Amino acid sequence: MYLFFFYLVLADEEFDELCFEFGLELDEITSEKELISKEQGDSKASGASDVILYKIDVPANRYDLLCLEGLVRGLQVFKNKLDAPRYTRVSPVSGQPQRLIITKETAAVRPHAVAAVLRNITFTQERYDSFIELQEKLHQNICRKRSLVAIGTHDLDTISGPFTYTAKPPGDICFKPLNQTKEYTATQLMSLYKSDSHLKHYLHIIEDKPVYPIIYDSNGIVLSMPPIINGDHTKITLKTKNVFIECTATDLTKAKIVLDMMVTMFKVNFTCFNNLILIISCLLSSEFINHKVGINESTENIAQLLTRMCLLSRATGVGDEIEVEIPPTRSDVIHACDIMEDAAIAYGFNNITRTTPRTYTVANQFPLNKLTELLRQDLAAAGFTEALNFALCSQEDIGDKLGKKISETRAVHISNPKTAEFQVARTTLLPGLLKTIAANRKMPLPLKLFEISDVVLKDDTKDVGARNSRRFCAVYYNKSPGFEVIHGLLDRAMQLLEVKSARGDGYHIQAADDSTFFPGRCAEVFVHGKSVGRLGVLHPDVINRFELTMPCSALEIDIEPFL
Amino acid sequence: MADTGVVEALLRLVEKADDGVDSVQVASRLGVDHQVVVGAVKSLQALGDVISADLCSSKHWELTEEGTEIAEQGSHEARVFSSIPLEGLVQSELMKLSFGKIGFSKAMSNKWIRVDKTHEGGPRIFRTVDSIVDQVQEKLLLLQKGSGSELEEKEKNELKKRKLLSEVTVKSYWITKGSSFSTTITKQETELTPEMMANGSWKEKKFKPYNFEAMGVAPDSGHLHPLMKVRTQFRQIFLEMGFTEMPTNNFIESSFWNFDSLFQPQQHPARDQHDTFFLSDPALAHEFPQEYLQRVKKVHSEGGFGSQGYKYDWKIEEAQKNILRTHTTAVSARMLYKLAQQKFTPVKYFSIDRVFRNETLDATHLAEFHQIEGVVADYGLTLGDLMGILHQFFTKLGLKKWVEVGNSGIFRPEMLLPMGLPEGVSVIAWGLSLERPTMIKYGINNIRELVGHKVNLQMVYDSPICRLDS
Repeated sequence: MYLFFFYLVLADEEFDELCFEFGLELDEITSEKELISKEQGDSKASGASDVILYKIDVPANRYDLLCLEGLVRGLQVFKNKLDAPRYTRVSPVSGQPQRLIITKETAAVRPHAVAAVLRNITFTQERYDSFIELQEKLHQNICRKRSLVAIGTHDLDTISGPFTYTAKPPGDICFKPLNQTKEYTATQLMSLYKSDSHLKHYLHIIEDKPVYPIIYDSNGIVLSMPPIINGDHTKITLKTKNVFIECTATDLTKAKIVLDMMVTMFKVNFTCFNNLILIISCLLSSEFINHKVGINESTENIAQLLTRMCLLSRATGVGDEIEVEIPPTRSDVIHACDIMEDAAIAYGFNNITRTTPRTYTVANQFPLNKLTELLRQDLAAAGFTEALNFALCSQEDIGDKLGKKISETRAVHISNPKTAEFQVARTTLLPGLLKTIAANRKMPLPLKLFEISDVVLKDDTKDVGARNSRRFCAVYYNKSPGFEVIHGLLDRAMQLLEVKSARGDGYHIQAADDSTFFPGRCAEVFVHGKSVGRLGVLHPDVINRFELTMPCSALEIDIEPFL
Repeated sequence: MADTGVVEALLRLVEKADDGVDSVQVASRLGVDHQVVVGAVKSLQALGDVISADLCSSKHWELTEEGTEIAEQGSHEARVFSSIPLEGLVQSELMKLSFGKIGFSKAMSNKWIRVDKTHEGGPRIFRTVDSIVDQVQEKLLLLQKGSGSELEEKEKNELKKRKLLSEVTVKSYWITKGSSFSTTITKQETELTPEMMANGSWKEKKFKPYNFEAMGVAPDSGHLHPLMKVRTQFRQIFLEMGFTEMPTNNFIESSFWNFDSLFQPQQHPARDQHDTFFLSDPALAHEFPQEYLQRVKKVHSEGGFGSQGYKYDWKIEEAQKNILRTHTTAVSARMLYKLAQQKFTPVKYFSIDRVFRNETLDATHLAEFHQIEGVVADYGLTLGDLMGILHQFFTKLGLKKWVEVGNSGIFRPEMLLPMGLPEGVSVIAWGLSLERPTMIKYGINNIRELVGHKVNLQMVYDSPICRLDS
């Protein structure tokens, strides 16, 4: 989600519609004042700007729409107010092109770098802010918080090429970093920035490496120590005319994409070096587009539609062939289907005739879900109310609270839970039902609840090492334990499942020991001689651990054997 | 039932009076407490239109206990006056009388008597006038007779101040004949009984009318959860449209099937620790279809099948990482791969099941929710087909503005071709959450009231059946 300033030339509804047509979503129309007052209260917002802000959702891979310049250009071309730009690489008017020399030492830390020069730029405060903002957005998105790519921008007139991208031990690097007054070694910088709310997030990328990446000019001036900080010497200002942009990376493809974005958003003509991706030409047929979209347009019309999406296209005259130029701004176009999608956007999704596929199929239910659906209906008819609990819970819920050791459950464990509620996947439905009762203690007794849902168990025979198991669990909570009620529900469930009461070829229950249940009040359920679950009166300690005060009986069985 | 004697007597009185009777008067005529008459009125009202009774309230003055004594024996001051003989009375003697103290000061202020303090043998009281008129007694007698209207308000208030009089509000009924007036009352039955049915006596009996304003007795019942009721309806819609249900009972999925097979690059933000739950045990998946895996690796890292690819170093270690699936599309991928391993036949698939996101929680977001997904695979499907099928689906939902509810699209060739699906086959798919339409349908603002143990069971008990299109 990104914020843009956008001059109010369209009514809000028109702009909303334009965004929709262009494949974007206008999320919110607001102002800085409104945002601050929403988050921090009216008093804080009093001095803030009330210039209207449009908050627009941009597809994740459309880096070209991340800044105002790119978005405005895209929309203007789309509305035929501007010709689709053709980006060109130009040589400097005088002198040799700049060079960036990459030394082999960088292989140990950050092996790739690409660079470009933007000449004769005129910065205004707004343009300058937008330039910095674009860098930051790219850093957060495609650059994966600078881990894949880091961007450095410099005032070319303060330095002289050729430039050297190398890597050195941190103790050997010393320079005055951006916005500081004295020189620091790289080692000192890393400890200095530990307390910097912004930069501390990037330190881990190189912290443990034996050498740190560093870029010098021909006089030994430090441009930057990527991906952490630039040198102070080369910083760009509103007066900067020529900008040197370097992207260092662990992923060369992304470095090229990022550099393309940085240069194309601010200038149609630029100089660049290394093997920057320029324009890719691609041939496809109008029949392909017509066929995939479900329209019937002429080759010329389709070429026009694509051109409106900044994909300069022309009919070659050979059959229905179209030549499409994919500009460096559109790194997201990697297949003909992406071109097809742009043709559909330009044609207007709402203008496409809706058709019904002739696909003839016969529907089938998944047998386990069919059984579940039917059983749920009849269990509700038996007077029990359906609960719906989370599949994730704490270790305590399925372990200690039930009087079990977590190591003895077959639970799968989550490595990155944000809170204890998401430590494991449940191995039993019982804790969820008991927690539901605890949250509804004000309701009149008895409480009769059931749930038919999946638990997750480790299972070495599966490709992922775990499987779901569908369970039926019910609890009865009242002033008396009501074992006979829960037992009666089991009998009813067996009746519904056409299993008769008999040892051997029917079902029966048999006394069992289980630490979750009150001693002597637990039985195991056997169906055709195999154990499918347990029922009984819960142990008072278990009941208390779920913050309950009344006796409670419970039943939990596996329903997959009944398929 | 009220005293039948009183009921009958009341009815006889009502019969004789043309314009009705007052219940208070009835009580005094019958010599019973007013409440007994009120009881009789109520029981007659319950029988229907035998009588009609309008509640009215009236105020009247009533003598207090002291006032009644005065009406009988005269005011204290008058009694003081009459107890004093011509030769006077010793003051201390007078004070011994019950009315002495109060009567003395009143009689003094009325100037009926005087005290001779210097009289030998102590202070002595003498009459100062020959005769008196005891106005207090006269007024009280008037009030007692019910002729209080002859007195002025000021005089009544004066008596009230002396606690001789109090004002009483009486609620009474004005009783007149009803449309089915009768002096003979048959006892009404409350309910039809098996005996009455057996002996036919119900034919002669009158039955007490029911109160149709009251609520009935709630049935003992179980209830289905509203989200599951909506799930049932969505299943129904898909089945009506000929979609086959996918087996989605595998919450644990490998990153390979959840991301890589869908052509989602390994550095994609969705694969971040902040968005996805990874497993520590079992941490890795081990079995993959090897040839397919190689094709997936190639299309990511080098391209192919008409694609540039993402051009990065694709790692099996990343694909092996087990997660809690972030969408049911992982199952769709498995199903489409399976489909590609046999001779292609067109399919329509659906699923509704849980998915998991390691997100920040708020009133509308939980770490797990239900995803509804529809998939159609056939030769030559177009965007027009996608729009058409979505239109049919959302029409069945009764939703006009559906663009904001979910996502839809055509699966990329980089996903389908490595699976081995034929070149001309397109796969269209769409998805939405089950929770959002349910919250809209049942007017629930906080998702925790709907899903999870903090559910409001009363809401579950009270929730209506789910008809999505109405």
